[in-house]
Amino acid sequence: MLDVTKAPVDNDQPLLLAEGLSKSFGRLHACRDVSFALYPGEVLAIVGESGSGKSTLLQLLSAQMTPNAGSVSYRMRDGVMRDLAALGEAERRFLFRTDWGFVHQDAAMGLRMGVSAGANVGERLMAVGHNHYGKIRQTAASWLERVEISTDRIDDAPKTYSGGMRQRLQIARNLVTEPRLVFMDEPTGGLDVSVQARLLDMMRTLVSELGLAAIVVTHDLAVARLLSHRVMVMQGGRVIETGLTDQVLDDPREPYTQLLVSSILPA
Amino acid sequence: MIPMIDIRNAEKTFVMHLQDGIRLPVVRGVSFHVAPGECVVLGGPSGAGKSSILKMIFGNYRCDGGAICVQHMGALLDIASAEPRQILGVRRHTIGYVSQFLRAVPRVASLDVVAEPLLAAGVARAEARERAGVLLRRLNIPDRLWKLPPSTFSGGEQQRVNIARGFISDLPILLLDEPTASLDAANRAVVVELVAEKKRAGVAMVAIVHDDEVRHLIADRLVDVTSFAANA
Repeated sequence: MLDVTKAPVDNDQPLLLAEGLSKSFGRLHACRDVSFALYPGEVLAIVGESGSGKSTLLQLLSAQMTPNAGSVSYRMRDGVMRDLAALGEAERRFLFRTDWGFVHQDAAMGLRMGVSAGANVGERLMAVGHNHYGKIRQTAASWLERVEISTDRIDDAPKTYSGGMRQRLQIARNLVTEPRLVFMDEPTGGLDVSVQARLLDMMRTLVSELGLAAIVVTHDLAVARLLSHRVMVMQGGRVIETGLTDQVLDDPREPYTQLLVSSILPA
Repeated sequence: MIPMIDIRNAEKTFVMHLQDGIRLPVVRGVSFHVAPGECVVLGGPSGAGKSSILKMIFGNYRCDGGAICVQHMGALLDIASAEPRQILGVRRHTIGYVSQFLRAVPRVASLDVVAEPLLAAGVARAEARERAGVLLRRLNIPDRLWKLPPSTFSGGEQQRVNIARGFISDLPILLLDEPTASLDAANRAVVVELVAEKKRAGVAMVAIVHDDEVRHLIADRLVDVTSFAANA
């Protein structure tokens, strides 16, 4: 277990760079001219209502969708900035298997529901060349503990897990290869409030302990406040406001951001 | 002596788009400076903009004009025009903030809530926890509560956790927003002592304090915020 909290490093080189990203589906502009830089260890929240383009943007950033215009570049482990569109299939697979994580809202999309929890975590390790069964199982068990899943359940398939446990297992599966960047799409969506709190607290700790960079799409401003350093507000496919998370939420400037912030129901 | 904080003509206006774009000018022409080891107390009635000024220095509220320069890692940085990443760096290495209320994170033990700023600054966990315990003890939070999240505490206890969290780090600037509001006399005295220790360590402080006695004990200088009233 790591005993050092790695705060966002004062690192001047961006990890990911989006330039002029646009995507349209027929006449619908899902994403218009989005540019930003993400630095190592930084957590960026993309907020907005359904249909604002935030999920499309996440697909573009994670090379799962090709933009109509613009580009995404990523700093590979060797320090070289590469245009994602120019990567070969093998390089892209390498990113997905090791250097990136992707946490889906629906855990069933990020897990293999029929195989054991241990195998779900171990599979990512095998994909990067680990082949010692005992070690893989040991690592998987220690990750289950880290995400607060009892190791008694290591041989059970996630289809027997509760929603909150599935989501925690999905996180363990993603983090086991020590990625540098994790994409999260509504990671707490559809969970009970008490389950959400536990998950958020766990993600917050893991992200800071591992010094991860993350891009989190959420419509829940409380999630953005708890997890992110910076926030981008999207409306109609455009980024309409951006800044430090507490600054944007406590001192929103744009009419739409003020509406979002003022629409939160007090607890 | 070079000031730690140098504010020149800072101003802030809220524009409320949901209320027909009403403009609420808060402050204008805010100008003052704070030297190392000095505690400047902001004076003026409620609503004069004292908390807004603290939030502008911390980068929590955006500044619409002027400059808020702080000494950050050996150089001068203008918070009013700094990038979000730079402000995050300032909060890690330069400016601490003790807010009126603790924004409690669910499930995190009080000891870890207090130790967190040290961890973020790179101090090892064991040492950070030990220093957190020392401060909590000084502020009369008994050991048996340390493992509990502060959300289960009384208002006064939460505020003491918040104070411990604010005072634990060795940052050169500290902003204090009503640090003694809901404390009893014994704990108010501890806060006065803590402020005195920070002064001796050369920390520059800006404080809002309504308690006359505490203000008298900690203030080196008063800055009257009513002179910055934006609609005067």
